[in-house]
Amino acid sequence: MEDLEMSKWSLVTKGFIKDNPTFVLVLGMCPTLATTTSAMNGLEMGLATLFVLVLSNIAISLIAPVVPDKVHIPVYIVVIATFVTVLQLLMQAFVPSVYATLGLFIPLIVVNCIVLGRAEAYANSHNALDSALDGLGIGIGFTMSLTVIGIIREILGSGSVFGWKFIPGDGILAFVMAPGAFMVLGYLMVLFNKYLRHS
Amino acid sequence: MEFFIIIISAIFVNNILLSQFLGICPFLGVSNKLSTATGMSGAVCFVITLATIVTYLVNQYLLVPFGLEFLQTIAFILVIAALVQMVEIILKKISPSLYQALGIFLPLITTNCAVLGVAITVVTKEFTFGGTPHMLNLGESVVYALATSIGYGLAMILFAGLREHLSMNDVPKPFRGLPIALITVSIMAMAFLGFSGMV
Amino acid sequence: MVLCLTAVCLFCGAILGIVNAVTEKPIAEAAHNALVASIAQVLPEGGEISDANISDGFEYYTSTSEDGVIGYAVKSSTIGFGGTLTLMVGILPDGTVYNTSVLAHSETPGLGAKCTSDEKFTSQWEGFASDKVLKVKKDGGDVDAITASTITSRAYTLAVANAVEFVKSMNGGLGNE
Repeated sequence: MEDLEMSKWSLVTKGFIKDNPTFVLVLGMCPTLATTTSAMNGLEMGLATLFVLVLSNIAISLIAPVVPDKVHIPVYIVVIATFVTVLQLLMQAFVPSVYATLGLFIPLIVVNCIVLGRAEAYANSHNALDSALDGLGIGIGFTMSLTVIGIIREILGSGSVFGWKFIPGDGILAFVMAPGAFMVLGYLMVLFNKYLRHS
Repeated sequence: MEFFIIIISAIFVNNILLSQFLGICPFLGVSNKLSTATGMSGAVCFVITLATIVTYLVNQYLLVPFGLEFLQTIAFILVIAALVQMVEIILKKISPSLYQALGIFLPLITTNCAVLGVAITVVTKEFTFGGTPHMLNLGESVVYALATSIGYGLAMILFAGLREHLSMNDVPKPFRGLPIALITVSIMAMAFLGFSGMV
Repeated sequence: MVLCLTAVCLFCGAILGIVNAVTEKPIAEAAHNALVASIAQVLPEGGEISDANISDGFEYYTSTSEDGVIGYAVKSSTIGFGGTLTLMVGILPDGTVYNTSVLAHSETPGLGAKCTSDEKFTSQWEGFASDKVLKVKKDGGDVDAITASTITSRAYTLAVANAVEFVKSMNGGLGNE
C-alpha cells in the first residue's frame, strides 16, 4: 500500500525536477519566454496550462481505447482545443484582466507541445487517475519554472516581486523586454544543468 | 506605402521570433545547420501565408456570420492541420524535389505556434499601419503573413549561421547545447531592439 | 475512422456551445463593469451616467445631476509606441480634465506601459486645468512625460487633447453651457 502511494506521489513529483518541462524536456518555450515579464504573469500562465493539461490528460486517457490509431492526433487536438476554448471563455467571464494580459498565449496553449506531448507519451496508455496525476505534476513543474523565471525577470527588470517593490528606481529594462527573456532562461538552464540535473 | 510599413514592421520591428516569441520550439530545434534552417524557413513561409488566407476566409464567411467566434481556436487549428496534410500530399505528387527539401518539416509545422499565432492575430487585433487603427483586410493580411514569415526565416537563418560557428568553439560544459544558444539569441534580440520605434 | 472524428468534433462543438451559452452573460457583464468602473474613475461622483453616444467618431458618456451636466467621459484612441492606445478621458464642462484611465494599450512593459502605473505621470491628469497646454514639455507644453517613453507620452497627451477638443466643439455647438 505504501509502495503504491509512493509511486503515485513520484508520478506527481517527477515533473518538478527530473522531467521538468522547461529545463529538461525544453517544451512550451513560447509562453515560457513571452509571459514571464513578471512573477504574477508567469504564475497565471502556468496555472492556465496546468488546467488544460490535467483535463485533457483525463479526457484523452478515457477516450484513447476507442479512438482508431490513424486519427488519434486530430482527435487529441480537437479535445485539447475544446478545453482551451473552455478556459478562454471562463477567463473572459471571470478574470478579464488576466485574460487581457496573457492575450494570445491562452489560445496558443493548443499548440503547446507539452500538452500534446503528454497526451501522446502518457495519457494515451494509462488510466484516468494516473494521467491526471501526471498532468498535475508536469503542470506544477511548468508553473514553478515560469514563476521562477518571472521572479528573476521582475527583480532585475522592475526591482519588485509579485508587484511588491523593494529596489527603488527603474531596474534594468532589458530584462523585461525580449532579450532578457532569452538570457534569464539560458542562464537558469546552465544552473539547472550544473546543480540539479545529474545529482 | 502602407504595405511597405507593414513589411518593415513585421520583418524587423516586431520580429515574430525575437520580439513576439512565436515559433520558438522549431527555432531552437532545427537551427543547428544552415541547410535545415533554410528548409524549415521555406516551409513555414509557405504554410503561414496559406493558412492565414484560409483562416481569414473561414473566420469572415463561416464563423462571424453565424456568431460562432468562440470556435475560432478549434476551427483554426483544424484548418491548419488539414492544410498541412494537404500541402504534404500535393507537394509529393507535383514537385518531388520541393517535397524532399520541405517535406520532413511539414508535420512539425502543425504544432508551430507561429502559424496559429499569426492566424489569430490577423483576425483579432487592430493594427495601426497607415494612421488609424483598423482590422486588416484580406490583402493586408496576406502581406502581413508573408512579411512575418520572412522575418521568421531571416531570424532563423541568421541564427543558424551563428550556431554553426558556435558548435566549433570550446564552450564550458554546463553551457553546451541550448543554454549558449539561448544566450546567443538574447544578444540577437538586443540587436533587433535597435529597430524598435522605426515605424 | 471518419465517423469517430465527426463524433468527437460534434461532441466537442456541443460542449463549447453550452459553455459559451453559460459564459456569454458574465463576459458581457465583465466588459460592462470594466467600462462603468473606468467612467466612474474619471468623472466626479454623484451623476447619472448616460448610455453610449457616438458623434464625430468619438464614443462618449454624459454624466448629469439635478444641476445639469457634471462631465463627459470620452473614449479616445491614438497610436502609441506598440499599437493602439485607448483612454477614457473625463472632462468637466469647462474643459478641465478631471481624470484619465487607460482602457487598452500595447506599450512596452517597463517603459511605455508605465502610463498605467507611473504615479507622477498619471496623477498630473487629475484636474489638468484647461489653460495649460496639452503637449509634453519637450514639445513646449505642460505635460511631464514618462522617463524614456516620449512617444507613449505624446500619444497619451494627444488622446487627451483630442477628447478635450471634441468636448469643446460639442459644447460650442450647444451654445456653450
